Amino acid sequence: MQSSSGHSAGSAVRLSGVTKTFANGVHALGPLDLTIGQGEFVSLLGSSGCGKSTALRLVAGLTVPTTGHVELAAALRSTPRRSIGFVFQEPTLMPWATVWDNVYLPMRLLRRPRAEVAGRIGEVLESVGLSDFAAVYPRELSGGMKMRVSLARALVTDPDILLMDEPFAALDEITRFRLNNDLLELWRRLRRTIVFVTHSVFESVYLSQRVVVMTPRPGRVASEFLIDAPEPRGEEFRTSTAYVAHCRSVSDALARASAKAA
Amino acid sequence: MQTRDESGFVECTANLLRFGLPVVTLAIGLLVWDLIVRLNDIPPYQLPGPILVFKTLVQDWQILGGSLLVTLTTTFEGFIAAAVGGVAMAFLFNRSRLVEYSLYPYAIILQVTPVVAIAPLLLIYLPQQLAVVACAWIVAFFPVLANTTLGLNSVDSNLKDLFALYGASNEQTLWQLKLPSALPHILGGLRIAGGLSLIGAVVAEIAAGSAGAGSGLAYRIAESGYRLNIPRMFAALLLLSAAGIVIFMGLSLISHLVLRRWHESALGKES
Repeated sequence: MQSSSGHSAGSAVRLSGVTKTFANGVHALGPLDLTIGQGEFVSLLGSSGCGKSTALRLVAGLTVPTTGHVELAAALRSTPRRSIGFVFQEPTLMPWATVWDNVYLPMRLLRRPRAEVAGRIGEVLESVGLSDFAAVYPRELSGGMKMRVSLARALVTDPDILLMDEPFAALDEITRFRLNNDLLELWRRLRRTIVFVTHSVFESVYLSQRVVVMTPRPGRVASEFLIDAPEPRGEEFRTSTAYVAHCRSVSDALARASAKAA
Repeated sequence: MQTRDESGFVECTANLLRFGLPVVTLAIGLLVWDLIVRLNDIPPYQLPGPILVFKTLVQDWQILGGSLLVTLTTTFEGFIAAAVGGVAMAFLFNRSRLVEYSLYPYAIILQVTPVVAIAPLLLIYLPQQLAVVACAWIVAFFPVLANTTLGLNSVDSNLKDLFALYGASNEQTLWQLKLPSALPHILGGLRIAGGLSLIGAVVAEIAAGSAGAGSGLAYRIAESGYRLNIPRMFAALLLLSAAGIVIFMGLSLISHLVLRRWHESALGKES
């Protein structure tokens, strides 16, 4: 089941020999070689501090590699990067703005008038089930709802790629499962590229087509797994023997990667 | 489980205690003051009773009211200068490290040097009204600068990344991210600055008053002191602290109104 190239479509992102060393001398990442196909749902799985968040920030252009290249498909290269959606570990909402205004933010920064994008914002709020909460301030929302707002904000520009940095890590299990299903639904409908960073084996196997296991710092690709489960995946997949088998092999690979480093 | 009526009742009682108790304390204090003056036959030029102070306040309102207006104007001008200057300088520091490193130490020096010692000098070099406003500004300026700086440094770094991702201009980042992020801190700084600018104004007026010039409330206190008009000193003092309380409450109210919809500090226990 181990594979290095599991997609046929053109690549959306290609990292070649990418390393990142921070100003304080910490060698956080690499050399990392990774290709992500268009429309693919890939998870980057690794322990805390293995540089997987840094990898996401490199793709988003929020930081530059110390050595190596980050290549983006032509559609992703626009500046400002309206074709990239980013979801952080925390909801990262502006507390002084309503749900509507928070989702409007990317459009506002791109200088699109309110009236022109009102329809689009209504659509996105609808798709994350928050139509009734447009006028509400973030403090009145639950953790799960805040995360949905964050997701809506990332989707509002209709990005070609969605970068998600442990977005559900801080949520309770019930909420996390529900958002997992919502995200899968969304991906099935939109078929956008998703790069999903997580430290949960179960989450990565449940969601993605491909799981990339990373070594502890400096993060490199330890191994990759194709999760060839039938779609659409639902709650019954969580308890299937195939799911358990996938989880076991990914889990073993993660343990091996950590042991080698220690 | 509490019913709505019960919790309403508890809340009502709590409010009654919170606002009622200080009033009771005040009444007892005034009573004790009055008794001490009466029982010991203390002459008014040593310690006037509360009733005499109040009478003086009413009788001398012509003079005291005018002086109050003068002091409040000075305070207001100093406060506005401190608010605008403090916020603007904090943003400048945030923009440019060079400016920050060059000027910040002197902002601190200005803050730690007692304004009482600076006031006489300012009175020599500046026209009197300007010198008095400058004193109010010096005292009130630093908390605004320090708080705004703190606010600007506490901008969510992920939000900053998000603004960068969507190619926000400096101007967009300033108005849509930095300013609203810093707003609770700025308002906190202004609340402190309001009271301090009154203190600065009073200090400068006292300094000016000892040179025989001025018309503010603090000048009235100095002048009444020379004339042994102790009841008027008390009356002027009463007006000064009343002004301080009103300034503080007014700024607290503004802060509450601005932040009430989103900031934790402005939320009651009900949510």
